[in-house]
Amino acid sequence: MTLPYRPISLGLLAIAFSALVFQRAQAGGSHYFPPVSDPVVKEECGSCHLAFPPSMLPASSWKRMMGELTNHFGDDASVDPASAQHITNYLVSNAGDTGGRSYSDKLLRGTSPSKAPLRITELERWVKEHREVPAWEWQHKEVRSKANCLACHAGAERGYYDD
Amino acid sequence: MKRHAHKHPGMLLLAAMLALASTTTRAAARDDLLAGYAAAAKTADPGFAGFSAVRGEAFHRQSFAGGKADTPACTSCHAKDPRTSGQTPAGKAIDPVALSASPGRYADPTKVEKWFKRNCQDVLGRQCTAQEKGDWLSFMISQ
Repeated sequence: MTLPYRPISLGLLAIAFSALVFQRAQAGGSHYFPPVSDPVVKEECGSCHLAFPPSMLPASSWKRMMGELTNHFGDDASVDPASAQHITNYLVSNAGDTGGRSYSDKLLRGTSPSKAPLRITELERWVKEHREVPAWEWQHKEVRSKANCLACHAGAERGYYDD
Repeated sequence: MKRHAHKHPGMLLLAAMLALASTTTRAAARDDLLAGYAAAAKTADPGFAGFSAVRGEAFHRQSFAGGKADTPACTSCHAKDPRTSGQTPAGKAIDPVALSASPGRYADPTKVEKWFKRNCQDVLGRQCTAQEKGDWLSFMISQ
């Protein structure tokens, strides 16, 4: 009995190719940022705005942000010390220059971790990607704020920011 | 097939009992919370004569000058009709605050206190009194 080598090799090739594509999609070759999976972080960081994926900022940013929660972009967002420690650990270990490195690749290009930027929407790459969004769209009452990713990116809660 | 048919009503009954149990627990937690506010209101004012959903409704809609300019009232973020969704300044939707529309609400006293603390500071520029909290909660529970 001879094996049908051609179909088999073609099949293997197809599998290898889709695995590659899938991996790229997973690694967010472009616009995938794994959403927050920790329930405490989701609750404490996701009530007023979308719980932003930790891979969107470097660890230095998260440390700085968690250190000044009493003035969180003008709001007092302080949490109890135990939660703060838990949240900081999660954000820092999944940040764009630590555990989340493979996802943040492009977004953090041109950003210096030593500057510890606080606003994702001021990252060089973010500004470039959104340069075509007109002012009236940001002011639309369903959008209200640049922090409202979900208004335009329907898959934002699942980590997808392509559209 | 037959075994499944037998199993099904049992599971349904169990689910119904669990749902009932958790509803009862939540109602008890809300009663405790209100009782706590009532005790505090009584301490603050010996003439305290109970909470009022009507006063709570007026409070919900009132504009205050002491807080942040962009959030002068509860209704700056929560909808005027508490049975509908609100929206945070950052644009995120907030589930309705009326208990009938969000049956899980007000069963966790820590969470309730956390949000009174933050939101009263933002809207009134001070902490709410036990009387205000109890009135507002009574309105939401009645809705």
